This record gives sequence, C-alpha cells and structure tokens, in this order.
Amino acid sequence: MALSTRHLLGIKDLNLSDIEQIFETADNFKTVLNRPIKKVPSLRDVTIANIFFENSTRTRLSFELAEKRLSADVVNFSASSSSVSKGETLVDTVNNILAMKVDMVVMRHPYAGAGVFLAKHVKAQIVNAGDGAHEHPTQALLDAFSIRERYGEVAGKKVVIVGDILHSRVALSNILCLKQLGAEVMVCGPTTLIPKYIRSLGVKVEHNLINALNWCDVANMLRIQLERQDIKYFPSQREYTMLYGLNKQILDSLDKEITIMHPGPINRGVEITSDVADSKQSIILDQVENGVAIRMAVLYLLAGQGA
Amino acid sequence: MPKSTQTMQNLTLLDGQKFQITIQRLCRQLIENHNDFSDSVLIGIQPRGVYLAYRVAEELRKILPESNILQGDLDITFYRDDFRRRETQLVPNQTKIDFIIEGKKVIMMDDVLWTGRTIRAAMDAMQAFGRPQKVELLTLVDRRYSRHIPVAPDYVGIEVDSIASQKVVVSWKETDGEDRIVLVSEVKEE
Repeated sequence: MALSTRHLLGIKDLNLSDIEQIFETADNFKTVLNRPIKKVPSLRDVTIANIFFENSTRTRLSFELAEKRLSADVVNFSASSSSVSKGETLVDTVNNILAMKVDMVVMRHPYAGAGVFLAKHVKAQIVNAGDGAHEHPTQALLDAFSIRERYGEVAGKKVVIVGDILHSRVALSNILCLKQLGAEVMVCGPTTLIPKYIRSLGVKVEHNLINALNWCDVANMLRIQLERQDIKYFPSQREYTMLYGLNKQILDSLDKEITIMHPGPINRGVEITSDVADSKQSIILDQVENGVAIRMAVLYLLAGQGA
Repeated sequence: MPKSTQTMQNLTLLDGQKFQITIQRLCRQLIENHNDFSDSVLIGIQPRGVYLAYRVAEELRKILPESNILQGDLDITFYRDDFRRRETQLVPNQTKIDFIIEGKKVIMMDDVLWTGRTIRAAMDAMQAFGRPQKVELLTLVDRRYSRHIPVAPDYVGIEVDSIASQKVVVSWKETDGEDRIVLVSEVKEE
C-alpha cells in the first residue's frame, strides 16, 4: 500500500484510505516517540529542506523534529533572512536549493496554491506546511488524529470550528479531513468571517457560540488572523471576545463535557481564556505532541515511494 | 509451441508431532543456557517471529511454572535497509516490549533466517530499548548458505538447503490451523 499522491499539497488530494494509512503509521511513530531513544533510521538517505516564507513556531519545529527523528538531513530556510528579499523568484530559490541535492521540500507560503505551483515546476516531493488561507494539511491530520485518540473514532463526531473561518487554512483543511472521515462539521463566527459558499462543503453554519457549543462534541477554537485582514471585519476585539470568546463560565454552563482544541498560537483572553486553554477538557498540547507523529508518518509514507 | 505454465510445488519439511518435538528441543536448549530466565527475555520479530516467541514462551512456562518468562514483540520496519528501494510500501506492525532489556540476555526469534538482513535491522531496533548484556538468535528454519551479511543463529529448529526462488512458509496452529513448515517452489512445466 502506498499513498495515492506523490506530494502532500492539501487534504483535497487525499482519499479515505490515504488518511487511514497516515493515522496507522502515526500510531506506530507515537510509540517510537515514547521510547528512550526516539529516533529511527528510515530516512537516513533523504535530505529535506524546510522553506518558510511565513512565520511559524510549532509547525517548523514539529516538522524539523519529525525529520530528525526519522534521521533525515535537514536544511532550514526562512524568507526574512534570504535572497528572496533581493528579488529572487520562488522557482529559482527552490531550484537552487534542489541543486544542493535535496529530495523533499516542506514549504509554508503566504499565497494560496504556492505548493501546487512548486510541485509542477520542480522535481522534489512537496509537503505543504500552509499556503495562504488555502490549506494546512498536516494540521488537519493531527487535529483529526487527536479526536480519534480521544474518542476512538472520528466518524459521527460533531465538530465545531469557531472563529476566523474566512482567513483560516486550518479551517478549510479541517473541514475536508473531518468530512472525509465521516464527522459532522459546523462553523461558527461573525457573518463577515464566514465565507458565503462554505455551505457547499456540507457544513452547518451557526452565528451563536452557545448554540454551537451545545451541539458539538469538539470545539476547535481558531485565532483571528489579523495579519490577513485588510479591512475591519468586526467593530473591536473586545466585542469579538464578548460574542465568540470561550470562557470557563460558558464551558461549565453546557450540559455535557466537550473537548477543546486550538491549533495555536493562542491569543489568551481573546478567542479562549487561560483557564479553558489549560483545563482538563483541553487537548491543545496533545495536538502538538501528535503533530510530530503525524508529520513523521507523512514524510515516511511519501519518502517510501522511492528514491 | 507448447504453452509453459507455472505451478507451485509444496514440500512439507516438518509438521505435526515432529514440529512440536522441535519446539520442545529448542526450549530445552534455551533452559541449558538461561536456567530460570530471571536475567533473560524473549523477543519475537514482527510479523512472523512473534508466533514462534509466543509458542516457545508457552512451552517454557509449562516446563518452568515457577519462572517469570518475559516475552515481547519487536517491529523492525523503520530500521530496514531496503526502504525507498522497493516497489511496495512497507507496512509497520506493533512493537510491544513492556520490560527493560538493559543488562538482560535477549533471545531474538524469527521463524525463518534467510539473508540475515532482518536480524541486522532487529539489532538496530532493539538498541532503542537499551543495551542488553548479550543477544542470541533462535530461528525455527535456517536457510543455509544464503546469507547476505554475517549472521549466525545460536539455536536452530531445522536447516534447509534452498535456492533463492524458493520460499519457506511456516504455519502456526494458533493462526493458520496447523503447525507446518513448507518449502514452496515454482516449477515451470512445458
């Protein structure tokens, strides 16, 4: 069995058996990560370039750790300290890196479709680590994997994604991944931050946070992506927090115990208060832990397709 | 021109009571070197070596009811040397080692020893669990003269002379319905 795709550009390209295969492989890597020696030699003849044209903490560290634990050679590159600022094109930059015999490229880029573009123009295998407001496939995989870990399965679970759906790549990838796995998905946020055609993906839309939380098993709280907002989408951050911020009072008022997720970075006190983020119901740090195992699985399965 | 067809020819090398006697002999040989197994552990290599390890552990528990026989499963998929060099994707199995192998005598087990590459990978894989005092290898079938790397077993069920195109298949009562070792050959018929 192999993945049906040579690159991981988006959840869109994965079928159900791909996702299940990634999860089963990640299960194995999770046990590896709990051993005294957390390293396996699988990718010892593979070189991976992490190319980040946008800021990242978790994703870059998580990919780098995953690569190192698979024994790959790793080179890191971030746009701010590179020749991109001198006017080099994306294809030129990547081809120059590939000329140094790199096999795989993990890329984050501010523009949607950058990964697809790169996959068409360079020889290496591409893993999308977030392209603009489009997709962030490994985040969606680790989110679904964390839900599966918590509940045993994803199918039939009700998941609400709260916040800035319009500018969020995590939202789109999550919707595609969760729907593929048979979960019910709802998005919740101010009308200005919910794209008009989101219903065509088969998700419910709700503008009242309490209604959404009462409906769901899992709430995935997203950050407001101020860096992508060119106009004002809501009057003030304070008003957003009053209407869509999750606090302990709301959480305790629900008649069931829901699971809280957040892809990070958290803006404490905005979309989620500290006591909720650090509560027993929160699996935010499990998500981070699972991220390494999921990324190991993705890299392992892609690399296994041959030299 | 006559059509050439390929058929499989199966030759049973060991089955029934003789199979059981072989397992018992291996157990007695183990006891000779490991006494009551207080410092020794059994590790079966996934996927097929674990059945052998289960069976040997079961027999040892019958012979030594007082002893605590520790036995684990080791998956070597991520340690193989043919990753990215084969057509099909390697699917990993579970590793289950609930004890510490640091300072222990480890008896690794696999059903068939052929090129020795699996054993090399297993030695690598095992290091993630500590530094054993000593490592031994027990194999039910030794396909002689076919090693790619210098690996030699310490305990052998039966030795078989075979050629590369042949396969040795071990079936187990627990999973396949019967205990049997079969040499499978592809025969060209004209």
